[in-house]
Amino acid sequence: MPLIHENKFVPDHWQRLADDQPVPADGKIIIPLQRLDEARQVRGSALGSIGIHLANIARIDDVIPLLPNLPLISIAFPAFSDGRGFSLAKRLRRLGFKGTLRAHGPLIADQYPHALACGFDEIDISESHALRHREAHWRAATGSISLGYQRGYVRSGTILDRRAASRRA
Amino acid sequence: MYHYDEFDRSFVQERVAEFRAQVARRLDGSLTEDEFKPLRLMNGLYLQLHAYMLRIAIPYGTLSSIQMRQLAMIGDRWDKGYGHFTTRQNIQFNWPKLADVPDMLQALADVDMHAIQTSGNCIRNVTADHFAGVAADEVEDPRPTAELMRQWSSLHPEFSFLPRKFKIAITGAQHDRAAIKAHDIGIRILRHPQSGETGYEISVGGGLGRTPMIGKTIRDFLPKADLLPYLEALMRVYNAEGRRDNKYKARVKILVHEIGIEPMRAAVEAEFTATNRDAVAPDSAEIGRIEQAFMPPAYERLPDESAFLARHSAANAEFAQWVAVNTFGHKQPGYSAVTVSLKPIGGAPGDATSDQMRALADAADAFSFSELRVTHHQNIVLPNVKKDDLFELWQRLAAHELATANIGLISDIIACPGMDYCSLATARSIPIAQAIAQRFASPERQRTIGELGIKISGCINACGHHHVGNIGILGLEKSGAESYQITLGGDATETAAIGERLGPGVGADDIPDTLERIVDIYLAERSPDERFIDTYRRVGIDRFRGAIHALDS
Ligand code: HEM
Ligand code: SF4
Repeated sequence: MPLIHENKFVPDHWQRLADDQPVPADGKIIIPLQRLDEARQVRGSALGSIGIHLANIARIDDVIPLLPNLPLISIAFPAFSDGRGFSLAKRLRRLGFKGTLRAHGPLIADQYPHALACGFDEIDISESHALRHREAHWRAATGSISLGYQRGYVRSGTILDRRAASRRA
Repeated sequence: MYHYDEFDRSFVQERVAEFRAQVARRLDGSLTEDEFKPLRLMNGLYLQLHAYMLRIAIPYGTLSSIQMRQLAMIGDRWDKGYGHFTTRQNIQFNWPKLADVPDMLQALADVDMHAIQTSGNCIRNVTADHFAGVAADEVEDPRPTAELMRQWSSLHPEFSFLPRKFKIAITGAQHDRAAIKAHDIGIRILRHPQSGETGYEISVGGGLGRTPMIGKTIRDFLPKADLLPYLEALMRVYNAEGRRDNKYKARVKILVHEIGIEPMRAAVEAEFTATNRDAVAPDSAEIGRIEQAFMPPAYERLPDESAFLARHSAANAEFAQWVAVNTFGHKQPGYSAVTVSLKPIGGAPGDATSDQMRALADAADAFSFSELRVTHHQNIVLPNVKKDDLFELWQRLAAHELATANIGLISDIIACPGMDYCSLATARSIPIAQAIAQRFASPERQRTIGELGIKISGCINACGHHHVGNIGILGLEKSGAESYQITLGGDATETAAIGERLGPGVGADDIPDTLERIVDIYLAERSPDERFIDTYRRVGIDRFRGAIHALDS
């Protein structure tokens, strides 16, 4: 699966476990929340190499206790037009999640700046999707609008802050 | 009015370049039609019955003479020499070619305009009272808040892929001329009863379409500084919780209806409390910067009465009637706000030719500090005209067929494009409006009838606001024939109400007669000075039932 990270297609070091695939003894894996107990039976309680995949309607209360120790959360985008994952990411970051936040699904390159601003680090798309949404498109998307208006999102500067800075200057 | 600074300007320019690249990626196959669709919609580009349609934002209905002239140029160059002003204070061009659209957007960007978010499942163009800043009954000018929201909602990183479109309207006056209760969010500026400080009353869950609903108050008083953090909280609740399984149930009105206003309020307040307000809100200097842009123009100090106006009114009955019907009380003594009707008898409501747009721009330069407004009734306002200048203005407007004296009267009809342009239509609406206006063409008769709003939609989507028309007309299709459903008692103002169905559908040819009968019943029943809506509320719908003669079938 192509992974877009810092404007580039990079190798994915995480393995997304299929439903019928048993939890391996080691290696970085991404599993749905429901399989966490099973994984802990195999690997003990440490979460160091376990990533959790969440539906975009996941109950946030269920993951709050895990947030300080989880290295990765993957959020499902069932369709690019379904923006719920953006709000879920924003809430997870507000709750202090410091690990890697990954969007999983057919996002289009034009949404890359949205995803980054809401707190995602990387986007996981399918091989076939990557044939049309190529690396150059993702890179171009981050530069298409240099400054946005909304404060409180993850990005380097906003129009409002730049205006404030020029008032101070 | 607000003028773009360097940041606004480069934002809009970059957006044009981005769209140009998106069109190119659509053409080379990198974007599928499904992927391209929301991107083009967020730039105002619809696919209609005959062609593409480009919907251009006129934020909170305010535009300059320069911008109006550019719209005229766009109409001449890329359309058929006219444009259509809409109920959402936008303008639509009905005949652009896809390949020309990036150039049209560039022409808009050149005069600080855009088509951003006039369509799509995002926060749409913010609308406001068309008399903002000049109305005598105003608590505070809503335009600075509307401009702040325009900026905040543009290309929002979190709220650009909502369950459904999202419309915000704001008024700063006692009398609601912005139909705020028919919007997803309605905002009213008011004074705090104790502190006297101005703030916002917020309502949520209004909307028309196939399930019309009147918005409910979710916050009685929001301090002004908290606006953006509060809106962010509300939008997040909607984005996360709004239904996505059925597009007809995806508006926030359905969420509020299904979970109830109390749980909705609790969810928004919880989200708001968790929000770091300082990280989201603009600083007070930014608010001040925007407010500064809406300072009143350099009015002359004048007596409120104009002898010149009185003399011409006495000498010219037609002019006097136009003044009586089309001017509105102004804050500033000696000035009037003038509404220019885009509803000539027999015309298509809201259409203006490029020549008329230029005439309006010239009139704004000569008489109204170069500023114009678009109303959600699909008319144009010159907000700042000296009473002394009214006569000359009227003569100039008359030369361009822009002096129809019918504002608020029975021929000032709102109608959606309907079957003539729209692929979703089930019936015609423009020809129905024309037939009604022709039937009631006599100016004396219209004035006798008084204030009466007719609103017509060509299908259940309700673009013509028929639910909130005093008389609403909805065009449907019944076994291959057009059938019009008539509702009475709708109201889009602070006393908002959804109209009630009068009876079975009426055939297109029978509409003028049916309206005639409704009007006759009203005139027979009304007390002196009673408006149609007041009489209707007093006597009830049953008194009007006899007006319907059912379709034979
Ligand atoms: C010609 C192409 C048009 C199409 C395809 C179209 C489509 C639609 C649809 C599908 C809805 C229903 C949305 C819903 O229920 O969620 C709607 C509502 C609406 N449209 Fe249009 N429309 C068109 C033109 C217009 C025009 C010309 C105007 C203004 C004159 C307009 C103003 C509105 C308004 C005010 C609503 C009601 C919003 C509400 O439900 O609160 N539309 N439109
Ligand atoms: S109400 Fe229906 S017919 Fe009229 S413009 Fe809207 S979608 Fe088209």
